[in-house]
Amino acid sequence: MAKPPSSAKAWHGHGLPYVAERPLPGHLIVIEGTDGVGRSTQIELLREWLELEGYAVSNTGWTRSPLLSATISEAKAGHQLTPRTFSLLYAADFADRLEHEILPALQAGFIVIADRYMYTAFVRNAVMGIDPEWTHELFGMALEPDLVLYLNIDLESLVPRVVQGKGMDYWESGMHLALSSDIFDSFLSYQQRMIGEYALLASELDFTTVDARHPIEEIQRELREHVAEYLKRARAVAKASEGIPPAARKI
Amino acid sequence: MLSSPHPYPGRLIAVEGIDGSGKSTQLRLLERWLRARGHPVHFTEWNSSPLVRRSMKRGKSKNLLTPTTFSLLHAVDFADRFTYQILPQLKAGMIVLADRYVYTAFARDVARGVHPDWVRGVYRFAPRPDLTLYFRVPIDVSLDRLLSGRAKLKYYEAGMDLGMSSDPAESFRLFQSRVLEIYDELTREFGLRIIDARGDIPMQQKTFRRMVGEVLRDYDTQRLRNNHGQASLIR
Repeated sequence: MAKPPSSAKAWHGHGLPYVAERPLPGHLIVIEGTDGVGRSTQIELLREWLELEGYAVSNTGWTRSPLLSATISEAKAGHQLTPRTFSLLYAADFADRLEHEILPALQAGFIVIADRYMYTAFVRNAVMGIDPEWTHELFGMALEPDLVLYLNIDLESLVPRVVQGKGMDYWESGMHLALSSDIFDSFLSYQQRMIGEYALLASELDFTTVDARHPIEEIQRELREHVAEYLKRARAVAKASEGIPPAARKI
Repeated sequence: MLSSPHPYPGRLIAVEGIDGSGKSTQLRLLERWLRARGHPVHFTEWNSSPLVRRSMKRGKSKNLLTPTTFSLLHAVDFADRFTYQILPQLKAGMIVLADRYVYTAFARDVARGVHPDWVRGVYRFAPRPDLTLYFRVPIDVSLDRLLSGRAKLKYYEAGMDLGMSSDPAESFRLFQSRVLEIYDELTREFGLRIIDARGDIPMQQKTFRRMVGEVLRDYDTQRLRNNHGQASLIR
């Protein structure tokens, strides 16, 4: 019996061969966007809404794994990282969360909202000049998400938000790339490159793009529309594959 | 790149083998000999970078590591040492001695279940050593050596994370047997030189030094040339 491709989850590359095939009835929704674009605010609001709608939600975020988060902060403080070690640390953090948070939550039927996903590594590595093929291979163990929502912003709108917010940070300004000794100038050229790489990826991989220059409530309304539409589609697909309940969708 | 020789003036010599094969002893003896001959030597060991020490310790003590995170933490360790302890030394014309190299990951991580092509992809940036020696030893010999030297086998070393057996010695045997099989395949795939690690120590060392001598033949002449013009290092 052929399964409709949209109902099955897929690995980005080689996946995790030692992980037994299992049903993943949950949904993996990714929020991408550059630093300071407002991802966490939007995720909080999305979660609130989804829980009111009756969905169980699990959050996961870049560098938040119990195994690596302390190491990553420590390493960032020490300035000994190269783009290569940086990417590998991120990949380890990602794999830890994938196996210990994301997959179990999907198996339990949760909606997993990921604050950044492998695309963050694709974009950053491209900016840092790392061979994109290597990055894709590295993240070959990742699960393809069901929906990617990309918060798009232009540099002019981003700058005041960051300056008035938590301020400019060494890494988010790309100071490690030695683009400029002035943190403001470095921020501009680094974030410009990040936004450029995000735009390329968004069109290449067909992300659902939301204009992040709009007021918070408006962005949230748009995000909810996209999520609701996706969930409706997913339900329809699950129904269409009669005889196969949603729980039979396997990786 | 593992598929072609590296372009640097230094030399990279690596030893491989399962725990208890005697490779570290042999490499230390080689280091003595090279230093006595006046060569600039740098020694670097698998899983020794301070960058991931904390995560590795935490992961191991709480058994948090999966085959993939185990593999990636070792890749971070390697990439860090590659940046600070391998590449600059090779560029400066030193002899770098590596106690275990990427083949360790190819053997162990694949025995744990990660995809062989994935782990090869992760380590694609690694230069090919000028000489890699594989210290081949039957599983029983290795087990005897380890058990006589230490009180008990470590959890991950014995592959206890794979749940093949609850008895550490039995688990070690099963896991390391798989590793041995993969090493044998790797010697063919990457042209590793095999040393029979059951032989007596001075005999093994003699063979090792002979092989290293071959690798250093044109290295000596290169160094002589560099002594006349140091600018050749800084292009």
